[in-house]
Amino acid sequence: MSLFMEQALNGVQLGVTLFLLAAGLTLIFGIMGVINLAHGSLYMIGAYAMAAVAAKTGSFLLAFPAGLIAAGIVGVAMEYLVVRRLYARDHLDQVLATFGLILFFNQLTTILFGRQPLFVEIPDFLEGSVMIGGVVRYPVYRLAMIAVGLATAIGLYVLIARTRLGMLIRAGATNREMVRALGVDIRLLYTLLFGVGAMLAGLAGVMAGPILSVQVGMGEQVLILTFVVVVIGGIGSVRGAFIGALAVGMVDTMLRAYLPGVLRQLMAGPDADALAAGLSAMGVYMLMAIVLLVKPQGLAPAHG
Amino acid sequence: MDDPLKKTMAPRKNVRSVLLVALALVILAVLPQLAQMFEQPAMVSLATRIIILAIAAASLNLALGYCGLVSFGHAAWYGIGGYVVGILYNHYVSGDPLFGLPLGTDQMLITLPVAILVSGLFAAVFGALSLRTSGVQFIMITLAFAQMIFFFFVALKAYGGDDGLIVRRRNSLPLIDTRDGATFYWICLVIAIAWFALLRRIVASRFGAVLSGVRQSERRMAAIGISTYRYKLAVFVISGMGAGLAGALMANHARFVSPDMLHWTQSGEFMIMVILGGVGTLLGPAAGAAVLILLESQLAAFTEHWQVILGPLLVLMILFTRGGLSGLWKLLRGGSNG
Repeated sequence: MSLFMEQALNGVQLGVTLFLLAAGLTLIFGIMGVINLAHGSLYMIGAYAMAAVAAKTGSFLLAFPAGLIAAGIVGVAMEYLVVRRLYARDHLDQVLATFGLILFFNQLTTILFGRQPLFVEIPDFLEGSVMIGGVVRYPVYRLAMIAVGLATAIGLYVLIARTRLGMLIRAGATNREMVRALGVDIRLLYTLLFGVGAMLAGLAGVMAGPILSVQVGMGEQVLILTFVVVVIGGIGSVRGAFIGALAVGMVDTMLRAYLPGVLRQLMAGPDADALAAGLSAMGVYMLMAIVLLVKPQGLAPAHG
Repeated sequence: MDDPLKKTMAPRKNVRSVLLVALALVILAVLPQLAQMFEQPAMVSLATRIIILAIAAASLNLALGYCGLVSFGHAAWYGIGGYVVGILYNHYVSGDPLFGLPLGTDQMLITLPVAILVSGLFAAVFGALSLRTSGVQFIMITLAFAQMIFFFFVALKAYGGDDGLIVRRRNSLPLIDTRDGATFYWICLVIAIAWFALLRRIVASRFGAVLSGVRQSERRMAAIGISTYRYKLAVFVISGMGAGLAGALMANHARFVSPDMLHWTQSGEFMIMVILGGVGTLLGPAAGAAVLILLESQLAAFTEHWQVILGPLLVLMILFTRGGLSGLWKLLRGGSNG
């Protein structure tokens, strides 16, 4: 039971990380019609900026905003210099241009920080673990991640459902041309939104830094999972991104936790572990295939 | 984008392009001799790579350029083709049965068709699923499924897992010594010419016309009573088969297969080749493959961090030229984009 609880919490934690990425990706696609492969690079940039500042100053409280700001600035620059010119293009051009950006960012990061992964300490005040409900000990840092992720999800919901900016975002997702015709400075809105998406990706990277190794290529790994989330949830839908992210986080974590044990009943240890690792890596894609068979538009499509 | 109608409109240009293609073929045919003459033995191997990748890129272009199916997962079919060669060879050497039958072989006349069939089969299964979506979802899904197949091969410890499989000797052909670099180059060249001729026939056929129609307006095609799903699936499978053929040849060329062949950056490279050479043109992807591979090898000789240059180059090319190299050519000549 305690193992199950722990894995469930791990699933939620992976889920909220994916949600932060998927929310930005799906908003950017829903409103601007741009598919941004370099979204994973923003995640990586957030993590690296955090790691670099933490190594220099030793202060997590400085490193945390540094990661967010770095991702935000790079995101806005990316929109201003490149993505802005891609709105009117087809998806193929968008994919390739942002693929070029990935090559650039990955290699630049290698030049600046080398190929060795960076490790970041968990800050003192989030060290250790607590008992939850008398059943399971869980690390405080991961709990904090879940809390920040859920808080961001709520904040995003309030932003979209309750504010004027959110109203424009929803209107833009429904009918871009009409919003423009009504005199909204759509360019500014797009840049702003792209910056918000970039900061969400940066936030995910900053939070993942201390529990994963910060390395080149971390962005793409998570990007492809994020795509799975977006497809499962329905493109352009933040609610769908939330559902999809939790589903993917849960399925991935549970398969990794329980599949080796199940397979070890059937075959020799090392073989079972290797097969289980492969099957659990494939599990979320299976989930995607099943969802697609039943609901090709995703679980919570944005428009109707 | 080259309109099929233009073919009939410009006969003189047609003659010129036939001559150009003939000249290119002659040069390609004697390339090993040229390499010897200029004492550039590495050139043959590089040219073989380019030809093999040109097959893959042209196959992707059939789905992407002619039918508008932006598949971001063609490395999967390419890698599966490679693994068919690797796995068959592995069983041939060890003598272990495959699926309980003594199926291992090193005969190229068997391995290539099997590679084509198996990649086609996989492309059919995953294509049938992926084609339930369209547009950007299709891009994401093909990418995700390719990633799933990638993880499958990483986990496949029986065939090397992460480390891949070594194919110690090239597959053999009766009467021909495939181990000679120049001979293998010619084999690849002949196969590539045959494949391009087949693609040409496909594009010019009624089937090809429907594909163009689907690209321009799928709704219109559906309205005139064509079941577009079947056409899209068919072209996806053919395209996957071509990628599988290329993978099988590459496994022979490199004498090594590994999950790297299925990596998503490989899919990205195929797309770059198509875009560079010009979407929806028959020979464009071959030119794109040549330019990308030559550019990569030049940049790699110049700095180990060549991607930091290639990335922005790619972005600039997408932003400022339309239609890849031919767009760049037009831009340089100051001509109109048309």
